[in-house]
Amino acid sequence: MTTTMTPLYFQIPQQCTAQALQEAGEKLDSADVEVTLDFSAVNRIDPGALRAMEKLASTAEEKSVTIFLRGANIDIYKVLKLARLARRFSFVG
Amino acid sequence: MAENIANLSEERIAYLENLVSQARTAAAVFTQYSQEDVDRIVKPMVIAGLKQAQYLARLAIEETKIGVLEDKAIKNMVATEFVYDYVKDKRTVGTIREFPERGLVEVAEPIGVIFSLTPITNPTSTVLFKCIMAIKTRNAVIFSPHPGAWHCCSEAVRIMYEAAVQHGAPEGVFTCLESHTLEDNAYLMHHKDIGLIDATGGPGAVKAAYSSGKPALGVGAGNTPVYMEKSADIDMAVVDIITSKTFDNGTICASEQTVVIDNEIYDRVLLKFESLGSHICNEKEAELLGRTVIDPATGFMQPMAVGQKATTIARIVGITVKPKTKLLIAPIKGVGREYPLSVEKLFPVLAVYRAYSVDEALKVCVDVNHAGGLGHTAVVFSNNESVIQKFGEVINAGRIIVNSPGSIGALGGIYNDMVPTFSFGCGTGGGNSTTDNVNVYHYLNIKRVARRTQAHMWFRVPNQIYFNMNAVENLRNFASRSTLIITNAPLEALGHVNVVRRYLPPETPVHVTVIPDAEPDIKIIAEGVETLNFYKADQIIALGGGSVIDAAKIMKLKYESPEADLEELAAPFLDIRKRVVQYPTGKVNQSRLIAIPTTSGTGSEVTPFAVMTDKERGIKVTLVDYSLAPDVAIVDPQFVMSMPKGLTADTGIDCLTHALEAGVSIYASPYTDSNAMQAIRLAFHYLPIAYEHPDNEEARSMMHNAACIAAIAFSNASVGVNHALAHAFGARFGVPHGRANALMLPHVIAYNASVPTKFMPSPNQRGYNAHKKYAMMADLLGLGGHTVEEKVQNLVTATEQLLDRLAIPRSIAEMGISKEEFERALPDLAKIAFDDPSGRSNPRMPLVSELVELFRSAYRGRSQGGVATTSKKSTVDESVYV
Repeated sequence: MTTTMTPLYFQIPQQCTAQALQEAGEKLDSADVEVTLDFSAVNRIDPGALRAMEKLASTAEEKSVTIFLRGANIDIYKVLKLARLARRFSFVG
Repeated sequence: MAENIANLSEERIAYLENLVSQARTAAAVFTQYSQEDVDRIVKPMVIAGLKQAQYLARLAIEETKIGVLEDKAIKNMVATEFVYDYVKDKRTVGTIREFPERGLVEVAEPIGVIFSLTPITNPTSTVLFKCIMAIKTRNAVIFSPHPGAWHCCSEAVRIMYEAAVQHGAPEGVFTCLESHTLEDNAYLMHHKDIGLIDATGGPGAVKAAYSSGKPALGVGAGNTPVYMEKSADIDMAVVDIITSKTFDNGTICASEQTVVIDNEIYDRVLLKFESLGSHICNEKEAELLGRTVIDPATGFMQPMAVGQKATTIARIVGITVKPKTKLLIAPIKGVGREYPLSVEKLFPVLAVYRAYSVDEALKVCVDVNHAGGLGHTAVVFSNNESVIQKFGEVINAGRIIVNSPGSIGALGGIYNDMVPTFSFGCGTGGGNSTTDNVNVYHYLNIKRVARRTQAHMWFRVPNQIYFNMNAVENLRNFASRSTLIITNAPLEALGHVNVVRRYLPPETPVHVTVIPDAEPDIKIIAEGVETLNFYKADQIIALGGGSVIDAAKIMKLKYESPEADLEELAAPFLDIRKRVVQYPTGKVNQSRLIAIPTTSGTGSEVTPFAVMTDKERGIKVTLVDYSLAPDVAIVDPQFVMSMPKGLTADTGIDCLTHALEAGVSIYASPYTDSNAMQAIRLAFHYLPIAYEHPDNEEARSMMHNAACIAAIAFSNASVGVNHALAHAFGARFGVPHGRANALMLPHVIAYNASVPTKFMPSPNQRGYNAHKKYAMMADLLGLGGHTVEEKVQNLVTATEQLLDRLAIPRSIAEMGISKEEFERALPDLAKIAFDDPSGRSNPRMPLVSELVELFRSAYRGRSQGGVATTSKKSTVDESVYV
């Protein structure tokens, strides 16, 4: 029996970022080994979004899912670094 | 720390961790905010604080029972309005300051999470102040108010927080510990996510903050001495002191504690105090007061008195005072434990001291200052500038307030132009890291972006150089009342002196002094100076080789500036622009130095260098300064036509070495390059001709020019390791300088052209380019080659061929120096060469081990067609000097 991996892809909006991240977290499944969150439309994140990312990282670790952040700008990268979250994600693009 | 937090429950730790986590998240998010974002938040916070100033003051009074409602309200307004006035236009995000002329930019980096302790004496104003500072600098704060002021402080935090978040600040940016304990504080002070502790409070809190090992701003107790000098405006001074000392019932730690008054005005001052509502205690009352409000066991003030009214304190003590008494004044006769009232008293009790002289007054103020007030605040009332200045010098206080109230003056922005604050840095005297009025810049990491700057370079040459055959005729232009020609015997015998005499203006009194044909020593210099003084010479003509011209340079220096200390002037330096010693500018005699070289090598006629020996001490003294350079150079080849072949070769190679080394020096510039390259071209072409055909006027003339042009290059770009090696080797084995240079030259080119083991710091060069410069020289000489490596190799080969043509020995071994003798000398040679200043402008930083290898290469020498090769790899084992 073979399993087909379906990479998940989420476009994260600037508005309601926390909600979008929460929804992405709810769709995580161990079958989806890789999940990409596209941050290219996000200029800035707020504490709510940051908390959602922390939760998402924990869920992904529980389910052995790797989360790629695509297009996260340097300011967001620094926020994640200061919040000690950067190492829990993989960054692309 | 372990014992401090041992009593913390898991729940409590989770609570504290949650506080830190919120603050860390807020601080992280805050880093994305722009200056405009921040400023948009600060203003409404300030307005909210202003609106609630009286409300918060009332809360503070009700809770702490300390101070005066109206004054606390004013403090809240100062903490908002005045602080805003200071910060509103300050840049605290991104680039905050630029210094374009220095290539420097300062960039703000927030601290992150600040753990802030606030006091009971100024509770809400301190919170308002810190909140505004934190938002302005994009930091999050966890507040730990004094337990006796928790409610009013947490309310102040709430008001600030709501205003901030409503206008865009990140959630969690301010939090306030609930019913905290010392263990909570200890836990947070040591927490890895706390970036800074800002402790405003008692000595215990400040000490704990500094002991935590975290960066801390600890601002604690003071003991403000006041000197009222006899020239003071008494009316103003007394009102100021009463205003200050009664402000919020004396709770500001910068308030006046002991007033030292000159005897001449003492009685008048006390009468004035009394007339304005102060009670002057008699001896018994003062003694009683001291015993009651100061704890005899500790020597510190009793907490029950802090911030209480004068009448309340009088009642507690049992002193009868008028109902509206503002201040209790107690005369004291000294400072220290036996005089309890000489310490800090955060209530309206003031000690006064009668001083019988300025000296005594200053000493008592120093004593008060050292009795718990180091680094904090001091006040002087005087119209005597020298007294004010002396007070400022002897008192160790971050704030020295002149002719104004201490407490309100120290706050800044009201009575003076100091930065408004509610945290007074007390410097090292107070165990603090700053003496500043703590402000927004203390809540920032300020990063310096330092752009590479090009150091100012220079290109200095004598203002007159005459060259070509019979250039000596130009001497006609130099009128003089008394001229001294300095030369040596062989040149005089050749008739050169007569040639010079012939072209001097006919009326010129001319005198001649003949010095030995060797490097000058102190005795020769002294004799020369004596001769100059005897003839009162206003013109010196140095006719000779490098040693004669060098001697003339030093004689001129000592003649014009007899006090010049040659030993001190010879002190080593790294950068001539930053050297420690300065050559004298004051001159007792004025003279013109005209240099006429009789060899084509040293270029001393245009250089700022002069070398002499100190025979008594067996050392060489090298002087370097542009003031040594001759005023006029006459480069006339008629004086070199009779140079012997060997001297032609040696001096010619010296000239070539100058040019090659100046060309690759770290101080090389387009100005020096143009001279170096031209000198290389002339030397390669004309040196063999001058050597083989000594009568060839063109070759002699061009080599004479080449020497001068090369000297212009190295006068400004310096030389390199070749000279360092040659100096050491030549001195040890008595080998002429030019020949010593020649023995090293091909090996040094190969060495400099290879990848350095250690680069020489060289801000004026872009990357390592010695090999490229050598390739450029090879191109200039038309040596061929396609790659840089080939061209460098061709330059090495051409140099070796030139040396062969000049019959220069191929090796040190060929000079008849045994290997054993050479190896014995080698460690010393390497050390001396390493210390030689010439090496400091070499493109590669020469390691001692590399100098040893270079000496050995020169000993082994070059073979036909060249042994020295350019290698991409260093041949030296770096580990030797790791």
